[in-house]
Amino acid sequence: MFNGSGRLFRRREKLEPSQKFGRRLRAIFTSGKLDQAEWDELEATLLGADVGTNATRSILADMRERMSRKDEPVEALRATLLAALACEQSRDIELRKSADGTPRVMLIVGVNGAGKTTSVGKLAHLAVEEGAQVVIAAADTFRAAATEQVETWAKRAGAQLISGEPGGDPAAIAFDAVKSAKESGADLVLVDTAGRLHTKVDLMNELGKVRRVVEKGAAVDEILLVLDATTGQNGLTQAKVFGDAVALTGVILTKLDGSARGGIIIAIQQELGIPVKFVGLGEGIDDLAPFDAELFVEGILS
Amino acid sequence: MFDSLSDRLSQTFATLRGKGRLSDKDIEQTCTEIREALLEADVALSVVNGVVEKVRERSVGVQVTPGLNPSQQIITIIYEELVAVLGGAARRITLAKRPPTVIMLAGLQGAGKTTLAGKLAMWLKREGHTPLLVACDLQRPNAVEQLSQVAKQVGVPIFSPEPGNGVGDPIKVARDGVELARTKLHDVVIVDTAGRLGVDAELMNQASKIRDAISPDEILFVVDAMIGQDALTTAEAFRDGVGFTGVVLTKLDGDARGGAALSLSSVIGKPIMFASSGEKLSDFDLFYPERMAQRILGMGDVASLAEQAKRAIGGDEIEAMEAKFASGQDFTLTDFLKQMQGLKQMGSMSKILGMLPGAAAMKKQIADIDESEIVRVEAIIQSMTPLERENPKILNGSRRARIAQGSGRKVSEVNSLMERFTGAQKMMRQMAKGGMPQLPPGMKMPMGMGGAMGQGMGPGMGQGMGQGMGALGGGFGAGKQTPQKKKSKSGNPAKRALEEGR
Ligand SMILES: Nc1nc2c(ncn2[C@@H]2O[C@H](COP(=O)(O)OP(=O)(O)OP(=O)(O)O)[C@@H](O)[C@H]2O)c(=O)[nH]1
Ligand SMILES: [Mg+2]
Repeated sequence: MFNGSGRLFRRREKLEPSQKFGRRLRAIFTSGKLDQAEWDELEATLLGADVGTNATRSILADMRERMSRKDEPVEALRATLLAALACEQSRDIELRKSADGTPRVMLIVGVNGAGKTTSVGKLAHLAVEEGAQVVIAAADTFRAAATEQVETWAKRAGAQLISGEPGGDPAAIAFDAVKSAKESGADLVLVDTAGRLHTKVDLMNELGKVRRVVEKGAAVDEILLVLDATTGQNGLTQAKVFGDAVALTGVILTKLDGSARGGIIIAIQQELGIPVKFVGLGEGIDDLAPFDAELFVEGILS
Repeated sequence: MFDSLSDRLSQTFATLRGKGRLSDKDIEQTCTEIREALLEADVALSVVNGVVEKVRERSVGVQVTPGLNPSQQIITIIYEELVAVLGGAARRITLAKRPPTVIMLAGLQGAGKTTLAGKLAMWLKREGHTPLLVACDLQRPNAVEQLSQVAKQVGVPIFSPEPGNGVGDPIKVARDGVELARTKLHDVVIVDTAGRLGVDAELMNQASKIRDAISPDEILFVVDAMIGQDALTTAEAFRDGVGFTGVVLTKLDGDARGGAALSLSSVIGKPIMFASSGEKLSDFDLFYPERMAQRILGMGDVASLAEQAKRAIGGDEIEAMEAKFASGQDFTLTDFLKQMQGLKQMGSMSKILGMLPGAAAMKKQIADIDESEIVRVEAIIQSMTPLERENPKILNGSRRARIAQGSGRKVSEVNSLMERFTGAQKMMRQMAKGGMPQLPPGMKMPMGMGGAMGQGMGPGMGQGMGQGMGALGGGFGAGKQTPQKKKSKSGNPAKRALEEGR
């Protein structure tokens, strides 16, 4: 099982100089009660972080409720946000093959340009660092130079690449990768799929097919939606539609090193119950860290 | 999916009766709804507040008059406000007095710059220019290779002296690229640059150095239509870090409302020049403020729908159909089947209907629509002889019984299909005579909506759209869902919904 404490530490460094939780708010919330202007400011902060109107409303209501039980405002907010992000499922992922020797399989899906290929490279690197043997399936046969791009990442990470012809069948490539991984006794297969907007019915069906075909070779352990942190309210729709097409097991929230906060994942967690498992923090191979709710909440409120 | 603003407002005003001005309470509630709708569309909070204030001022004068729908009036007000902001300073690419015209692309990672470079090259090439692509994204793995492949697809030359993947100096490549264009007499140069974050001071500085090296005539800020509240922060960072002269919105083929467009237009004051809407290099167009305003308000992007219909049904087929009707031939079951098949290609029915104005009003019906219905219709029509398809009149009882048996359907299903066909045929005849059925007078349609339809649909498109929608209106009216209202004013659900003032 992957334990990311070292990475979390690096992540904390990356997030500097963002303030420690609540420092800014503590300065604003001087008394135990909030006046209208303070509530408005809080609302604006949440909306400005792409939390969305519904989730913001429910967060503020929950916070009032906690405050009526004499919780101090900053504590109430912190508890509310952490509760909003709480999930029953584990955020851990398996990087080593299962006891019976079959490789773990992860499909990496998402809209165009979200950061799928980069995340595949980072995940491969992380797994190799943990001692796993990794196979990458170059299943984006559509976009120009997609195979070359993921090949570069495979080399950087020290993973084996299975690719096909441009325009070829992504499901077949993914299946070949699983087959090859089984033969070589590899631990992990990462399938880099083509970017697709969730509104394209054919392409969503294609994704379902990739999954079904892969499952003929080995069980699919993770289907991770790569979501750009700059995404606004459409992120919820994306998660919903991708989730309908292939049951998502988690989200990789990328580009958190920018100014966007990625608040839409709160709605994704609350409405769809899909947890964030990793965050992307840059273009380097090492810029991937496990999701940490406290750090995330800090980011939203800073 | 969120209800569109018009649906929200219809609910707000559902209880409104009588005469006089809107009460303060009505206006307050209206403003709340507008605020929510705009926020759900990803319009920046500060911009939302501004728009809401404007609407509040203008709403005070709105009279509640029987027969006039206040929600339509309010929507018209908002719509006008949005178009005013979005359409402020629309313009085309400024060509340099002394070529080459230098266009530099800038934006966040994954915004779609490289694909856009190809689309822009194709667009310019079609307009008679001789563009040169310059590969200055030396950061992202194999971005140079991607641009090379795109250049090949478009059939334009590329300058890519450096392999990229972290190797090479983008400033030098940009400078040499423009120089090469000058000597080789390319009249436009498109410089693709690496994606960068607004907060990345180092890379912003690099971008400004590229700019200084090539003195671009246009710097286009490329932004993903799905972007949320960060749009303003990032745009401001690019404005201050590199500066830009225009904006391109990408990935508009998705279903994001694209509120960022409004934020950028209103705060940054740079025109949105192009809209990019698909992975094909030809999926690229000028930016139309009216379409964007409709989209943000969730009024249904009728023009885009028309285009999708045209694409799905196949442009050639539409032209062939048009020519056929123009020559006075009648609409046959073969045409009807083609429409159906076109619609099937357009993907899920509910998605299509979801793009239409007032879709919420039809939501129940949408939910009831069954795509297998199309398959059934197909089966029935395919069990007819070619003669029957061309001359539906000859379909007497025994022929219908045979068709039912051949397609494995009931005779009653064949009969109901024929009824629907007759309805569609009637509409097609009407359209062959006078184009789109006229809108009834007094119908409140936000200005510009008609304009956008006109723009998007052009002369031929009216029919293409009508055909696609004709099949829908005629094809599903008597399906398994709730029976169609007897006296529909228009066979086109888009229009019907508008007529009904939803
Ligand atoms: N700053 C930053 N950039 C990232 C991150 N993840 C990816 N990127 C960049 O985002 C851009 C798009 O990344 P890709 O990995 O190619 O995205 P993709 O989803 O595979 O794209 P398509 O396959 O074209 O749909 C590249 O420039 C990446 O370097 C991140 O966490 N932070
Ligand atoms: Mg990719």
